[in-house]
Amino acid sequence: MNKIISKEYFSDNVVKLEVEAPLIAKSRKAGHFVMVKVGEKGERIPLTIADADQQKGTITLVVQKMGVSSTKLCDLNEGDFITDMVGPLGKATHIENFGTVVCACGGVGTAPMLPIAAALKKAGNKVVTIIAARTKELIILEEQMRQHSDEVIIMTDDGSYGNKGLVTNGIEDVIKREKVDLCVTIGPAIMMKFVSLLTKKYNIPTVASLNTIMVDGTGMCGACRVTVGGKTKFVCVDGPEFDAHQVDFDEMLMRLGGYKDIEREELEKMKCASGARP
Amino acid sequence: MDIAEERAQEWRVNLRNQMKAKERTDIPRVHMPELDPVYRSHTRLEEVNLGLTPEMAMQEAKRCLDCANPTCMQGCPVGIYIPKFVKQIETGDFGGAAKTLKETSALPAVCGRVCPQEKQCESQCIHTKMKKEAVAIGHLERFAADYERESGNISVPEIAPSNGIKIAVVGSGPAGLSFAGDMAKYGYDVTVFEALHEIGGVLKYGIPEFRLPNAIVDVEINNLRAIGVKFINNCIVGKTLTINDLKQDGFQGIFVGSGAGLPRFMNIQGENLVGIMSSNEYLTRVNLMDAASEDSDTPVFMGKKVAVIGGGNTAMDSVRTARRLGAERAMIVYRRSEEEMPARLEEVKHAKEEGIEFMTLRNPVKYIGNEQGRVTQMILQVMELGEPDASGRRSPVEVPGKTETLDVDEVIVSVGVSPNPLIPHSVEGLEVTKWGTIAVNNDTMQTDIPMIFAGGDIVRGGATVILAMGDGRKAAASMHKWIQNRDQLVADNC
Ligand SMILES: Cc1cc2nc3c(=O)[nH]c(=O)nc-3n(C[C@H](O)[C@H](O)[C@H](O)COP(=O)(O)OP(=O)(O)OC[C@H]3O[C@@H](n4cnc5c(N)ncnc54)[C@H](O)[C@@H]3O)c2cc1C
Ligand SMILES: Cc1cc2nc3c(=O)[nH]c(=O)nc-3n(C[C@H](O)[C@H](O)[C@H](O)COP(=O)(O)OP(=O)(O)OC[C@H]3O[C@@H](n4cnc5c(N)ncnc54)[C@H](O)[C@@H]3O)c2cc1C
Ligand code: FES
Repeated sequence: MNKIISKEYFSDNVVKLEVEAPLIAKSRKAGHFVMVKVGEKGERIPLTIADADQQKGTITLVVQKMGVSSTKLCDLNEGDFITDMVGPLGKATHIENFGTVVCACGGVGTAPMLPIAAALKKAGNKVVTIIAARTKELIILEEQMRQHSDEVIIMTDDGSYGNKGLVTNGIEDVIKREKVDLCVTIGPAIMMKFVSLLTKKYNIPTVASLNTIMVDGTGMCGACRVTVGGKTKFVCVDGPEFDAHQVDFDEMLMRLGGYKDIEREELEKMKCASGARP
Repeated sequence: MDIAEERAQEWRVNLRNQMKAKERTDIPRVHMPELDPVYRSHTRLEEVNLGLTPEMAMQEAKRCLDCANPTCMQGCPVGIYIPKFVKQIETGDFGGAAKTLKETSALPAVCGRVCPQEKQCESQCIHTKMKKEAVAIGHLERFAADYERESGNISVPEIAPSNGIKIAVVGSGPAGLSFAGDMAKYGYDVTVFEALHEIGGVLKYGIPEFRLPNAIVDVEINNLRAIGVKFINNCIVGKTLTINDLKQDGFQGIFVGSGAGLPRFMNIQGENLVGIMSSNEYLTRVNLMDAASEDSDTPVFMGKKVAVIGGGNTAMDSVRTARRLGAERAMIVYRRSEEEMPARLEEVKHAKEEGIEFMTLRNPVKYIGNEQGRVTQMILQVMELGEPDASGRRSPVEVPGKTETLDVDEVIVSVGVSPNPLIPHSVEGLEVTKWGTIAVNNDTMQTDIPMIFAGGDIVRGGATVILAMGDGRKAAASMHKWIQNRDQLVADNC
């Protein structure tokens, strides 16, 4: 059981939680994640450790409401307990001074990008962060990202905020403008696929942090498997970060959709139960 | 008392003389009462075997000849005093029988349910040499352990006074649990660290309710709590805490029982299609996460045409689970013949009664999916049996050009597991074999780092509950000795 020390809304659907977890706070590095389960019958979901305070013995999670489990977590309040939390898991991000790094994130990927951008900046990189979303309301963490980036570029599909266009348009503009040494991308698999295709064209090394479906998060089940460079890898132990140019995104996209129908049903059920109209 | 002295005791002699050997061997072997196959193939949580009644158990115990040379004991990996406990059952002393079991086995209620008795104790029973069915030792073991538990009169083991020495256990499977129990009895301050949110290892996340109810495992865990063992879940040694952290926290001995948690795949075309998963994933979803219940947030596929690849206990558990979750066709696909199947005989029998199809001498070579990437078909290579291989089993060889296509909507790959690499990778200097298992001295279970001992699947690769439990007990005895010697040395030098 881990106690929630504070809760802050970044937007209607994005919540920052500071959670008591002294051992994890001590051992975590940028890029690590935890598995979180809310309630006895809850699902185990992976969440990146956005920040940690060793003195206070807390870690910070930034959670976006997606389906049942993330909503249950976002609905917890200060003083509530998270039923189960284990970590730190995965391999830490490889951080060094690469030069200029573009951090391209979209949708659910913005939260896990935060600690990576922060660590890259701290290591002396010039960090250009691109946050992309369909429309203005879906742009999250802009302020927090500004604190850890030299520049933040906003892209919206409909042009309601920042520049009109996709994340790839934003990246291409930077590439044309200056030398980019590394691109890090986190977001929907389809987005990462196109980011990867683009940077391959320009020969820019690219790291993608993959957000596959997970069950245990410790290498025990293989639910998180992806094909990287023709070999099957487990994202929870071999990743979550991989050379994007080697990742089979089409397969990953296909696997992510696996439980869509069941997930949609579950969400409808939860909404009905809580009295909201489905 | 040794075995011969026990056997020479008056009550044993009198009991033996009550019936002629011929009369004993003429009694037919008891049949374990079980749930109706049609009913049980739709109920996920009810245990298939219902257990013997006291009358049945006493009658079955009469079949045992109380041999002068009890070969059954040699078949038992931990050397349970089999004739003694069986004869105690014959006299109606069920509590005494349970006590006898506990002298050597930490988890009799579990082992009575899941041990492959037909390959161990029962295979050595004198009856089998007379071409008769062996005494149902496993059923009797379960009976005595259940009787004690249900009576509420659980004998509490004697505990040595606390010596305050802190001992850490990594993993809460049968190896870790039995080690923890013995160390607590020796007076140590024992803490078990478990990576998952549940305590029990494979006993909880792997073996299904219909074969081993969680409640039975929980009783054992609570017994350990009662003698002072502490459990910390959600804690991965090597990640949350390192071995060095444990040392700094004052732990003086560490036992690693981290199991063989890594699923193997076959690396064939289409294996990453949606609907194809490891048995670990499938069973974890259903058992640990209770995914098939309405109120669970974890989803699970409920396929109608489910193929399970493999012939071990894990494959049987998966295929029978699939059947219970509504599969119209639940199929075992195994590359050898039924004779070579490593699964317990009883599981194969139960599976067949529940309508599981056995497609033996078949090996998948390719999976085919639809536009959504969901598996729809598999191509099977037909096999035949060739020469015996190193394991003595006849090895399967391909029948050239002969393949079959099978319609499926879910496939569960159950072709074995590898040792959990976390500890071997995270402890510097720990000797690891080329199979990824931790190397130990087989007599003491000590690794090349003196304070670290190991046992169970992390040492043996995939093995059995009883072997894991035996390792845990052996490691406890030798760690106890090692600590005593060490302290003696220190005392001598002062
Ligand atoms: C290593 C890792 C780190 C992560 N870090 C964070 C984090 O810091 N903050 C955060 O908010 N989320 C993070 N995620 C994603 C998070 O785990 C998922 O959003 C969550 O599991 C969704 O669960 P749910 O039950 O709420 O939604 P579900 O009911 O499972 O899904 C709802 C909808 O979202 C889609 N979806 C589910 N999971 C993902 C995913 N991983 N990527 C894209 N779409 C998905 C589903 O297809 C479905 O349409 C991370 C994922 C991984 C693998
Ligand atoms: C589905 C299935 C059915 C089976 N059926 C039978 C049967 O009928 N009869 C039989 O005899 N055997 C059976 N077996 C095999 C038997 O269960 C195993 O041999 C036995 O459980 C091994 O025990 P163990 O204690 O070594 O490991 P496990 O039971 O695997 O327990 C290891 C525990 O350690 C934890 N762990 C791992 N790494 C860490 C870490 N770094 N920090 C903290 N914790 C960690 C794991 O989460 C796990 O809980 C079956 C196995 C499976 C999977
Ligand atoms: S989530 Fe189970 S192996 Fe990665």
